[in-house]
Amino acid sequence: MEFDKQMADMPYQFPDASGHFGPHGGVFVAETLMPALAELREAYAACQADPTFMAEFEYELKHYVGRPSPIYHAKRWSETLGGAQIYLKREDLNHTGAHKVNNCIGQALLARRMGKQRVIAETGAGQHGVATATIAARYGMECVVYMGSEDVKRQAANVYRMKLLGATVVPVESGSKTLKDALNEAMRDWVTNVADTFYIIGTVAGPHPYPLLVRDFQTVIGKECLVQMPEMAGRQPDYVIACVGGGSNAIGIFHPYIGAEGVRLVGVEAAGDGLETGRHAAPLTTDAPVGVLHGNRTYLMQDEDGQIIETHSISAGLDYPGVGPEHAWLKDSKRAEYVAATDAEALQAFHDLCRYEGIIPALESSHALAYAAKLAPTLPRDQILLVNLSGRGDKDMHTVAERSGIQF
Amino acid sequence: MSRIQTVFQRLQADGRKALIPFVTAGFPEPALTLPLMRALVDGGADVIELGVPFSDPMADGPTIQRASERALEQGMSLRKVLDTVRAFRAGNAETPVVLMGYANPIEAMGVGNFVAAASEAGVDGVLVVDYPPEECTGFTRAAKAAGLDPIFLLAPTSTEQRFADVAAAGSGYIYYVSLKGVTGSGRLDIDEVARRIPQIRAAVGLPVGVGFGIRDAESARRIGAVADAVVIGSRIIEEIEQAPAGEAVARVHAFMRSIRAALDAIEPATGVKS
Ligand SMILES: Cc1ncc(COP(=O)(O)O)c(C=O)c1O
Repeated sequence: MEFDKQMADMPYQFPDASGHFGPHGGVFVAETLMPALAELREAYAACQADPTFMAEFEYELKHYVGRPSPIYHAKRWSETLGGAQIYLKREDLNHTGAHKVNNCIGQALLARRMGKQRVIAETGAGQHGVATATIAARYGMECVVYMGSEDVKRQAANVYRMKLLGATVVPVESGSKTLKDALNEAMRDWVTNVADTFYIIGTVAGPHPYPLLVRDFQTVIGKECLVQMPEMAGRQPDYVIACVGGGSNAIGIFHPYIGAEGVRLVGVEAAGDGLETGRHAAPLTTDAPVGVLHGNRTYLMQDEDGQIIETHSISAGLDYPGVGPEHAWLKDSKRAEYVAATDAEALQAFHDLCRYEGIIPALESSHALAYAAKLAPTLPRDQILLVNLSGRGDKDMHTVAERSGIQF
Repeated sequence: MSRIQTVFQRLQADGRKALIPFVTAGFPEPALTLPLMRALVDGGADVIELGVPFSDPMADGPTIQRASERALEQGMSLRKVLDTVRAFRAGNAETPVVLMGYANPIEAMGVGNFVAAASEAGVDGVLVVDYPPEECTGFTRAAKAAGLDPIFLLAPTSTEQRFADVAAAGSGYIYYVSLKGVTGSGRLDIDEVARRIPQIRAAVGLPVGVGFGIRDAESARRIGAVADAVVIGSRIIEEIEQAPAGEAVARVHAFMRSIRAALDAIEPATGVKS
């Protein structure tokens, strides 16, 4: 337990009281929302100090989500790659099929404590929308999910799942009609209905305190790993690898390891058609300019006039022009490294995991797997890579089949 | 004294209310922005708010979103907005122009470059929707040093502490968002506005303009009776959208006249209008 002590002593204290991670983060919203965010900060602080809140959160994670999620040694795949050993943190086994649900439960419990009966969410692939609709059904709350109309078309099955769960899905027709526009629309709803509505943001972005509280609810992933890795492998990993859209699954597994010297943290962004084509979603890897969007300051894909540009990725969940402010800070401070995997590389890893391990990964998670597959052969066999398998690939059947020229 | 201060002092001396129309620069097409600005002045504008289009206008309703998208499709940019103001200023030295937009285009240009260029172009004030005072102290300082008024929003949800923060940072006037919601919504609560304005005016010591949800002569008259200025945005964009080809400028001019007349019919609180 030497390790735990090291964790407890760690000097990493971010965000600061006003929600900044160095120059990133903050509260960049219209005045109407400032009091609501202050109220949220206070409510969250009260919950953190309340053992019954944390106990309820943990109870739900255990009995409703099925935590702790196991760690699995992907032996056959590691053997084939011929280098480092790859271990998978199985967030794909969670109820609803991804890490998103951890955060939804945390925020829904917070909403209940604040007496808000209506929850809203934005969604890209639909995973966060499904998780929010699920929890809203579980707690008997009204639920409205905003989804870009392009994504509504691409993710018909998830739209139907949300409706089955009792949520209203609102297609968003503005802008690029994708995730970022869904987020804009959810913010507009929140401004309008701020008195009775709780906005459940799906990733570690948005105005303070969202990047903080989403992180806190997701760190259960990394905390479990700290305990499980010594049991599984006799020690902590050499690398922790996770895909980065907004960055919630990555921060969830990275954060408990920040103080652990010798553990390299690698975030994998979506390189889409290739970084050189400009058709990607990799603001950190490409050193995009820092700017302000969706309530925080961070690296942002934008043109010379400061207009946000459209992103491209085979995985809707990574198709976002910004990134959570804590990742911007981890990049600046060099505590984490950021790389990118193309659509083609992610698809290759997707198929390999299916064939070698009998696990169908989400396309988002396949980006992390793709980087692990590239890295493993360059390392000795006694090195350990821990990859966050953030979700399962059932939702991606259509996309993958289409790429292979198959029609259902 | 800044152009904005001058305008409010003159209006107060005359017992009149300021009319502040908003148009999105570059909508319906970049070549019409300058004629529209002139029509706004002819129609009785005291200050013009010029919207800087942004790809992600989080605080705007569908009308202004559409206008921003159309403007961007036609290549409008922050630099071109400044060019438009420069051209307007060449023919008008009195009417203040306030830019209203979002932080990212300004940060992309660089705050220092922006305030210098805006001041040089003849801009008078800047309202950045997603810059609450605590997040933009550097910007506020730079703007004031360049002679620009940083204008801030207050909302029905704002606390007295927020009044104080805005009072410390803002100048020119205060923009009171008259409802919870985005631009163009229709839920205007005039009694609520009437109750809040005197509190804000006392706490902040600046003229108070009210906007969001003002759509016609009647709502303008009722808001004008309690506020120092009336801001109208979405409704003007709608006039432009609905105008037959070639008639947008005339439609906006006529609409402005109707609002001006309603505001000028308000009796000064101090006595009977002479
Ligand atoms: C399975 C899965 N992984 C990752 C992501 C990306 O989000 P984040 O970077 O916040 O983990 C998503 C988003 O939809 C997802 O569904």
